[in-house]
Amino acid sequence: MDKYLDRLGIYAARLVSQKEYFVPGHRACQGCAEALAVRLMSKASRTNTVIACATGCIEIFSSPFPLTSWMVPGIHVAFENTAAVASGIESGLKAIMRKGRIPLKKINVVGIAGDGGTSDIGLQALSGALERGHNMVYVCFDNEAYMNTGIQRSSSTPFGASTTTSPAGKVVPGQTTWKKNMPEIAAAHDIPYVATACPSYPFDLMEKVRKAAEIEGPAYIHILSVCPTGWRLPPELSIHAGRLAVETGVFPLYEVERGRYKLSIDLPELRPVQEYFRIQGRFRHLTEEMVNKIQRRVREEYEKLKKKVMMTREG
Amino acid sequence: MRKVLTGNQAVAYGVFLSRAEVISAYPITPQTTIMENLAELWADGVLEAKFLRVESEHSAMASIIGASMVGARTFTATSSQGLALMHEMLHWAAGARLPIVMVNVNRALGAPWNIWSDQTDSLSQRDTGWIQLYCENNQEVLDTIIQAYMIAETVSIPVMVVLDAFFLSHTSEVVEIPEGGEVEKFLPPYRPRYRLDVNDPHSFNLMVSPDYYQEFRYKIQMAMEEAKVVAEEVDGRFAKVFSRGYGLVEDYLCDEAELILVTTGTVTSTSRQVISQLRQKGQRVGLLKIKMFRPFPVQEVRAHLKGVQKVAVIDRNISFGCGGIFAQEIKAALCDQGERPQVFSFVTGLGGRDITPSVISEVIEYTRRNDRPEKEVIWVGMRG
Repeated sequence: MDKYLDRLGIYAARLVSQKEYFVPGHRACQGCAEALAVRLMSKASRTNTVIACATGCIEIFSSPFPLTSWMVPGIHVAFENTAAVASGIESGLKAIMRKGRIPLKKINVVGIAGDGGTSDIGLQALSGALERGHNMVYVCFDNEAYMNTGIQRSSSTPFGASTTTSPAGKVVPGQTTWKKNMPEIAAAHDIPYVATACPSYPFDLMEKVRKAAEIEGPAYIHILSVCPTGWRLPPELSIHAGRLAVETGVFPLYEVERGRYKLSIDLPELRPVQEYFRIQGRFRHLTEEMVNKIQRRVREEYEKLKKKVMMTREG
Repeated sequence: MRKVLTGNQAVAYGVFLSRAEVISAYPITPQTTIMENLAELWADGVLEAKFLRVESEHSAMASIIGASMVGARTFTATSSQGLALMHEMLHWAAGARLPIVMVNVNRALGAPWNIWSDQTDSLSQRDTGWIQLYCENNQEVLDTIIQAYMIAETVSIPVMVVLDAFFLSHTSEVVEIPEGGEVEKFLPPYRPRYRLDVNDPHSFNLMVSPDYYQEFRYKIQMAMEEAKVVAEEVDGRFAKVFSRGYGLVEDYLCDEAELILVTTGTVTSTSRQVISQLRQKGQRVGLLKIKMFRPFPVQEVRAHLKGVQKVAVIDRNISFGCGGIFAQEIKAALCDQGERPQVFSFVTGLGGRDITPSVISEVIEYTRRNDRPEKEVIWVGMRG
């Protein structure tokens, strides 16, 4: 698959600053792709960044008092309101800059939350902040369940996945609803920038964060963050699982820039979803019939996405 | 400058004169006209603030927590259901030690639906760590907003300024508006001790283990104790500059009183009339108005009620299964005093029902007639 990364250039790694803004020593699980994604995001947003962090894995593992892994200032204010808090930070900074109390300069305001904090309990606050048009970046680290409280299903948990509150039982085969399409919900707010990313594609992720921070107005990035603990997956397969999510079309990488859709990696052929499912314990109960049902849906969704790319193409 | 203002207009003037920098609010009757008045000032460029028209009261408080954390002076206002929705964030604002000022227009909570005056909304926020100041008239509302910023920014505790729905919020009175330059001298710009600063990064509101949490709580309690002293000082300084002061409590015709009526909010004004008439008739009755509910002015209450035989407390609120909330607080303040008055607890005026002079006279008459209350809570002004 390396050929699909061509456009990023093999020298890209050398262009990334060595400086870290999210440093080691935190308490994330082994193989946590979310921790990696946060690190990459921080490398891209760099200094002059203020973080508003929702309750969740990141908040717990990165900053148990009196320690912190953050080299940029940050605030945690409960669970469902990260976007509202970030919008207040952005407004407050503008207000005190205008009065000359701090120097006038660009400060990135970044709200971060998990899939529960975004697509469930934080959706209203996020919608409000996106609609109001604050100059901020909102990043959802999607590990597809409430991992911090012990793997409970969210509206972002994929169909068929077994979690502690959508267990694969004798009658009910795990999660019975389809994953909520958060990037599309964000895009429906007609904001200037929406993207999906995955730390298995680090340069793509950083490029998207950089772009989101530079664009004037609200930007939304949805990052698939493989969770070995919750997905029942050996930690050394985290990066591999992220790649399979993309290559099977389960989690396509794309951008919506001022309404125009663009695939970050255009896959001529999707790998079978079974390859992605096989390595994860949360899907091991799936029958062939269920796998086929999911396969059909993944293809349909991918085709829909490609049509949006076609329809919004320039010229 | 003197103007005829509703309570909610007085709030807007107070916020304008205090030079709030980020305002965030969501409409709810009877608060809405505060937001509308501020919106007009903002739209005309008179009020230089960021004005967030958020999608809920929860986000109103969350957003000004963010704004306050970067060092901006902030304001929001709400009522009733809105305050209840905001409840979780009130704990966060106080825990984060942010000097936010909020106005709550006292309104009843559902069910059943009612938009009129009732203190149960703000009083049920008792343990959130906010200072609470109750106002009697529109002048006090305006003055208290300015004082509230001074108190909040001194002790790093948020302040809730409370006024009665409609009796103040939508009722016009003559109000003396302080001159902007004078207010600016009295209340200098907010200089936070800690803030979200890219040149001095810190992580705020981290997870704190049992090894440290208790000390964080202790410091809030200490700040609350300090707030009583600071509020007195601020009121004193305010009185020197603007010739108006209020105190944490105010006594009215209490000299040699055998019976003291205790009130809060607008009931106080009506009670002043009744008490003054009874005094003229030779009855030894007095009035104690309580302005500060949190921190509770225990010493002041004890001092004013010392040597009095009977105390009648009027509560426009109810803690179900217990009784009137101010009466409970007063009983608690007095219970370990060697010589203490008999406290009578009256509940009335819920959901905006008028507390008329005859209701107040009935309360005083009952207290005079009986050595002890027949019940823990006496409901007055009930339909027959």
